[in-house]
Amino acid sequence: MQSVEQRDEVEMLSLMLLIRRFEERASQQYQAQKIGGFCHLYIGQEAVVAGAIAAVRDDDYVITAYRDHAHALARGTSADACMAELFGKEAGCSRGLGGSMHFFNRQNHMYGGHAIVGAHVPLAVGLAFAIKYRGEDRVTLCFFGDGAINQGSFHEALNLAALFKLPIVFICENNLFAMGTSVKRSTSLKQIVDRAEGYDIPGEIVDGMNFREVRDKIAEIVHSIRKEPHPAFVEIRTYRYRGHSMSDPASYRTKQELEKYRLDDPITRLRAQLTREGKLTNEQFDQIDKHAKETVLASVKFAEKSPELPLDKLYDYTYANGAKP
Amino acid sequence: MREITYRQALNEALAEELERDPDVFLMGEEVAEYNGAYKVSQGLLERFGPRRIIDTPISENGFAGLGVGAAMVGLRPIIEFMTFSFSLVAFDQVVNNAPNMFTMSGGQFNIPITFRGPNGPAHQLGATHSHATEPLYANSPGLKICTPATPRDAKGLLKTAVRDNNPVLVLEAELLYSSKGMVEPPDEELLIPLGRAEVKREGSDVSIICYAQTVRLALATAAKLEEEDISAEIVDLRSIKPLDEKAIFDSVAKTHRVVIVEQDRPFCGVGAEVCYRIQKNVFDELDAPILRVSQEDVPMPYNERLEKAVLPNADKLIAAVKKVCYA
Repeated sequence: MQSVEQRDEVEMLSLMLLIRRFEERASQQYQAQKIGGFCHLYIGQEAVVAGAIAAVRDDDYVITAYRDHAHALARGTSADACMAELFGKEAGCSRGLGGSMHFFNRQNHMYGGHAIVGAHVPLAVGLAFAIKYRGEDRVTLCFFGDGAINQGSFHEALNLAALFKLPIVFICENNLFAMGTSVKRSTSLKQIVDRAEGYDIPGEIVDGMNFREVRDKIAEIVHSIRKEPHPAFVEIRTYRYRGHSMSDPASYRTKQELEKYRLDDPITRLRAQLTREGKLTNEQFDQIDKHAKETVLASVKFAEKSPELPLDKLYDYTYANGAKP
Repeated sequence: MREITYRQALNEALAEELERDPDVFLMGEEVAEYNGAYKVSQGLLERFGPRRIIDTPISENGFAGLGVGAAMVGLRPIIEFMTFSFSLVAFDQVVNNAPNMFTMSGGQFNIPITFRGPNGPAHQLGATHSHATEPLYANSPGLKICTPATPRDAKGLLKTAVRDNNPVLVLEAELLYSSKGMVEPPDEELLIPLGRAEVKREGSDVSIICYAQTVRLALATAAKLEEEDISAEIVDLRSIKPLDEKAIFDSVAKTHRVVIVEQDRPFCGVGAEVCYRIQKNVFDELDAPILRVSQEDVPMPYNERLEKAVLPNADKLIAAVKKVCYA
């Protein structure tokens, strides 16, 4: 088991670059109509998932909403399996049956990929319930967007988590917009983190463009949870550069606003920190980026040549066989 | 065999499965300290403790979803709805999360969860508390649904449901909780497979296909029909999904006349599906059109006389039987 302190920052920067290059390529393939359905990109938010994953163990539970490509990649799902899923192929991380919004990886404790806003927050509480039921010291990371916090299931879930003192970190990726509706227009709060107070759950605000701040804050919370199970809430302030989904031109916000955030880019920022500290050269960075681009390009080739699930398997994934003896 | 109530039978099933498998837990409103709104979980808190018998706030969506999440990592939750009318608040969890997970994850996550509680009209509870939810859920692939009508079926089906690797709805009936029937002794393992109907009474003139609360009605009506020399065969579906087509077709081949008596509404009701399958598969066996007796297609009225008029009853059933028998 990899301990938190050992996670190499350059490695996490590589992950962030892989996510970005993956999403850029997904965008291109979507426009080429190789990818169907809805497709929500994570570009701009990379430091959130990278920071959070850097703060936990590989056997902790991770669950998120529909903007989930990054979470699957961060949980060690190969770019090949992710791209193949977008292409609807059997080699995809959900055999091409889930699609963009339903990425799963059981082996690496990635519990989806859930597309009904807020509906996975009770599931996350169930994962945390199981941890406590079995007396384990794992933690559940539950990611969701700012749009989820006004859904009834979210409120019910927070109340249950607090009532049962479950080991879970509720991570609100506040990118300021629920589709096209700004937080100001959707949420009767001065700041999102105040939601947690209503359930007697400790809350924090974190700068989501700063990898180190995300990692350190979540590491601190997780450390406290492992000692004595309890829920915690973090509002991570971030920004998505693209629209809500591929079909959204994001005309509800200004170019200036977008530019402001791009100047504070999470990848550029971590790169600068590492370079300043002598931990990364420009050559190394270019090498990492080149590798990310190659990996993603290879994943497109892999997805293209992968077979689809045969039609005669259509009924194989509706019911699980058997019963517990 | 000994005689116990439907309620006791369910209680025994819960206790036996909790005893057998440490991954099984019971969660819902009033299941622990109150001993169950209908006393189905009587004594379980005392016996198994608060770790496994868990009271919740009134948050059906929340605790149904909690159950689905816990099932993703291998626990086997039994989620009690105080009534399935309240499961509508958790509809998204029961219909969107529980049965879709196995498909959406490409077979990685099966959901071994049991949702149980009373379902169907009771007595003067009005429109919001009288839902027969089976046709709503039967339309969702990935779910299994059973509707025990006797104490023996209640125990055997619930135990099977808990062990099944898929989400199973055990639709009980408030009006049946105090009814009695013969059940195997506790030291004898009783498992009744899902998807297996049972002929509750042999007959030769007409097949009355029924389930849940209408089984009792059908049996009582069959006795009256006997007095008029009409021999009715009573087929209790026991499971809505999977549906035991063979048992249905076998009975139709024997009697050639069919009345379906169901506790739900007529439009897209369970009987509509049964009817479709009979005409599609054994059309030549039929000597008369199939008739259905169901609720009237209105929200349930509170007024007692009107409620009776909405529900299936012996008069309606006898009239339907006579019509298919051209009697």
